Amino acid sequence: MASNKEILISPIFVNNPIALQILGICSALAVTSKMTTTLTMCASVIAVISCSNLAVSCIRNFIPGSIRIIVQMAIIASLVIVVDQVLKAFLFSVSKDLSVFVGLIITNCIVMGRAEGFAMKNGPLESLLDGFGNGLGYSVVLIFVAFIRELFGFGKLFDLTVFTPVTAGGWYAPNGLMVLPPSAFFIIGLFIWILRTAKPDQVEKEG
Amino acid sequence: MSLDKDSVPGTITIAVVLSLFCSVLVSVAAVALRPLQEENQRLDKKKNILAAAGLLKSPEDDVNEVYAKYIRPKVVDLETGEVDTSLVAEEYDQYKVGKDPSQAVRLQAADDIAGIRMIAPKAVVYEVYEMDKLTQVVLPIHGKGLWSTLYGFLSVKADGNSVQGIGFYSHMETPGLGGEVDNPTWKASWNGKEVYDADGNLKLEVIKGAVDLARADAKYQVDGLSGATITARGVSNLVRFWTGRLGFRKYLKKLSTTGEDA
Repeated sequence: MASNKEILISPIFVNNPIALQILGICSALAVTSKMTTTLTMCASVIAVISCSNLAVSCIRNFIPGSIRIIVQMAIIASLVIVVDQVLKAFLFSVSKDLSVFVGLIITNCIVMGRAEGFAMKNGPLESLLDGFGNGLGYSVVLIFVAFIRELFGFGKLFDLTVFTPVTAGGWYAPNGLMVLPPSAFFIIGLFIWILRTAKPDQVEKEG
Repeated sequence: MSLDKDSVPGTITIAVVLSLFCSVLVSVAAVALRPLQEENQRLDKKKNILAAAGLLKSPEDDVNEVYAKYIRPKVVDLETGEVDTSLVAEEYDQYKVGKDPSQAVRLQAADDIAGIRMIAPKAVVYEVYEMDKLTQVVLPIHGKGLWSTLYGFLSVKADGNSVQGIGFYSHMETPGLGGEVDNPTWKASWNGKEVYDADGNLKLEVIKGAVDLARADAKYQVDGLSGATITARGVSNLVRFWTGRLGFRKYLKKLSTTGEDA
């Protein structure tokens, strides 16, 4: 049995849900054009995945096998709606930027994957840590992507100008590709490349 | 628990209990936070009206206070251009009315340059008074861009012709391309443009490329957005629709003839 610390830390680099398991790519493409929205999205996902893991783990012995996926879905969906409502109430402008993507956390494969793959078999504390760790692993990749995309796509970080773009009288011609979602594919690819160069054991065996 | 969780009654019991619990959780969150959310939406709208009118000098200004000081919303009948005093502007929602087939006006395809199909027969305008003198009017505008319908405000000075400012508060255009409709530099380029020429013809438009300032009609033209031809054309069309015959044309004309020129 892995120690609590390992459960929390390993999903960040060793067993990263995006880089190693290639899960949750959809939202990694959609919400990473700016740091502010990305951080809000990360916080939302961490909150949802931790709470859903905790809740599923607490009632794991009462969940009938035949409807377990539906039960997990119901818990995750409820949590996501609550998070969405809280964002609309307290962080209105960010929630406008995130629009439907908060709702789409429901379909984020990482959340469901951890509920089914970990929380159904482990105690509440380990599940909470596992959820939090996987949320962090997801966040690390998103922040990495958003940093590159906002810096080169807009010349800004957190909406503060770093490179003055040509349109505002500066010298920097923003890279149009970085603004569009497909650029996140390239950056995630780059992230995986760097990670697997540093940790060659993550490379899949051929054949 | 004496009930076997994997039996049929057990499964149903668990499902019902869980559903009840989840629905209570969701309802409590929705109901408890609604007042805050509605306040946010109202505040956001006011902020955008003031921004289009150029009245928000610093981000620290209290939006409600500034709004109450300058803005007087009124309902205008689009067909006559007259203010309709029988309706309360705060309670009239032209976007709701515009979606209701029993109340909305269906547009002819040839007239519908903004791609919105139906409009409400009346609309709320936000008249701006400074020192009890009408200085500008903020008009609600909307129309299709590339991916989405853009909603925003166009502010026109009391002469019913010069543009003060423009801004969109809701759209889903591509960030960095069509999303540049939010670019402050571009929005500022609208300031001082004119909607109609001396004969009252609608001239204002967003062109492709940059405006050649040496030309005589430069004062009716706004720079296009590079990489966002369709969004820019959409903005041009929707501005032309709302300042046109079916939009606020008559209302603006009344403004220009009532002699309240600033």
